[in-house]
Amino acid sequence: MVVRSKELRYIRTEDDIAILRTSVKRIVALLNFGPVSQTKVVTAASELARNVFEHGKGGLVEIELLDETDKVGLRMIFVDEGDGISDVTRALEDGYSTTNGMGLGLGGAKRLMDEFHIESNGGGTRVSVTKWDLKA
Amino acid sequence: MLLVCDKKGSVCDVFPLLALTLYLMAKLVVKSPTQHLRTACMSDLVLLCCYDAHYIYGSISMATETTTSEVSHFIDEFDKEILAEWTSQQLSDKSRSAGVSNASVQNSSEEFLKLFRDSIRKGNLVDTDSLEWQPTLQMLSDLSVSRATQGSSPTETANFILSLKQALFAKLVSNSGKSTAGLESSAWALWTILDKLALHTTEVFQKSREAVIRRQQKDMLEMSTPVIKLWDGVLVVPLIGTLDSARTQIVMENLLQKLIDTGSQIAILDITGVPTVDTQTAQHLLKTVSATRLMGADCIISGIRPQIAQTIVHLGIDIQDIKTRATMADAVKEALRVSGWVVNRHAAEGNLARGTV
Amino acid sequence: MKIGQTLLVTIQVDFHDRVALALQEDLSSKIVDSGAKGVLIDISALEMVDSFMGRVLGNIAKTSRLLDCHTVLVGMQPAIAITITELGISLKGIHTALTAEHGLVILKKMIRTGELEVLSDGRQV
Repeated sequence: MVVRSKELRYIRTEDDIAILRTSVKRIVALLNFGPVSQTKVVTAASELARNVFEHGKGGLVEIELLDETDKVGLRMIFVDEGDGISDVTRALEDGYSTTNGMGLGLGGAKRLMDEFHIESNGGGTRVSVTKWDLKA
Repeated sequence: MLLVCDKKGSVCDVFPLLALTLYLMAKLVVKSPTQHLRTACMSDLVLLCCYDAHYIYGSISMATETTTSEVSHFIDEFDKEILAEWTSQQLSDKSRSAGVSNASVQNSSEEFLKLFRDSIRKGNLVDTDSLEWQPTLQMLSDLSVSRATQGSSPTETANFILSLKQALFAKLVSNSGKSTAGLESSAWALWTILDKLALHTTEVFQKSREAVIRRQQKDMLEMSTPVIKLWDGVLVVPLIGTLDSARTQIVMENLLQKLIDTGSQIAILDITGVPTVDTQTAQHLLKTVSATRLMGADCIISGIRPQIAQTIVHLGIDIQDIKTRATMADAVKEALRVSGWVVNRHAAEGNLARGTV
Repeated sequence: MKIGQTLLVTIQVDFHDRVALALQEDLSSKIVDSGAKGVLIDISALEMVDSFMGRVLGNIAKTSRLLDCHTVLVGMQPAIAITITELGISLKGIHTALTAEHGLVILKKMIRTGELEVLSDGRQV
């Protein structure tokens, strides 16, 4: 797997969330992701960026373009230095039929993407999500 | 000798048999070149058997600067002879796959050796992931794929690289009149790099297989989830086999698009062909219905066998307010009814013989 | 835009959160000013609905209802329906329709009866 490029975006204001959506939209279109995949990625980005802004006291996201033999991938790593999530398991519990998850939309972001990793402690939170699409 | 014993420590951590080989190599190098070669080949065989061990030599870096420049000069000097020896050995190898032509052997060998020389000249004998080795790795990736299509096994392609050792070693020995210490470190440096390159070809082969499987899985999924227009405004989705999340995604995408395309407001999800319904499957069904409703349409689930009905109740799955029917026929009747269609049977119409139904 | 007793709102593409909130406010005033009994929100150009947007839409529906007005969303893209389902956003109280035509039919029914009605296909309106 090759990391083709990296981009760093700061998430400090509410506008940054919308700006990030536009950037991500542009990237997934360039990568020729399927239409549903595109929407999923942009939505997940919006959810996670919102978390960084609202609960993480601001932070940043690193966007990586990944390349494998037959597929391309987009990885977004959201990092903030907020108070962290005390109960990650519970936060991931929100199902589409329940309303738990502490309003963090983490479970949703996880279901929208192919890969999901989270580390969280008192010093902050780091969420990494990846979506792959087969090359034509 | 001392240098070798030093290194033996770290090799043992990783691969005892190879350590033994290395020791034997060091012991035998002055005595008999052919014996040395045999043990080197033995190590290759073991290596091939364990091609998954990526980082066998990670902890060993014998390539010092002098070694690097020695190796580089050596290859530059004897480039043509090594190539000749190597290609003649490959061409005379009877076990070579029929799909690989003589010309192909000649071309690939020439190209590889050239790139190999270029990469070594740049000075990095240790890290094949570095930029200097990219052209060589790319050439090998392409070779691995093309050899695979020609019918070669991954071992054969890896042997393409490893067979170079024989030619190299013959030349190293005949050239080594001056110092055996130089010979050891040069040989070891070359072997290390060649092994890594050989592993690379096998990895590429494996990855391209995985890619083929992925593509086939995707095609199969798309083919096995048709969405059929049953009547104006009514769609049917016959689900066959297990309903996993990948299939659910395809069903949702196809169904929702078809709803728009046909302007249908009812979709019948028929699960007659779904062997078991567990909590997961039920979740997937509920998800599909949810998405359908968001579009402004609705679903009827049909094909609910008695056992499935019992399982659903037993598992405590909440089917909410979704309409369900035991048979597709009943579901169709209901779908037509809510769509406002009325089916009439006229005594005079149709030419099939009729009894009472 | 007003069609008889119905307001037609079109949401364009993607916009900042502030704009969504502004829409919420504007709409309530317009409903009161026009006395409209139904609002048709065309979201066919909307490319993404996240939990925030979902809440805004839900609030619009609730606020309208309090003002004796029904809301129907039309033209939802499949990708959005799938994403909303995966996210688990509840759009309870929001009605949806495939097209504007379907939406107007539903609105008419709701306005006429003026209360919760069970449509013939089992969905509660």
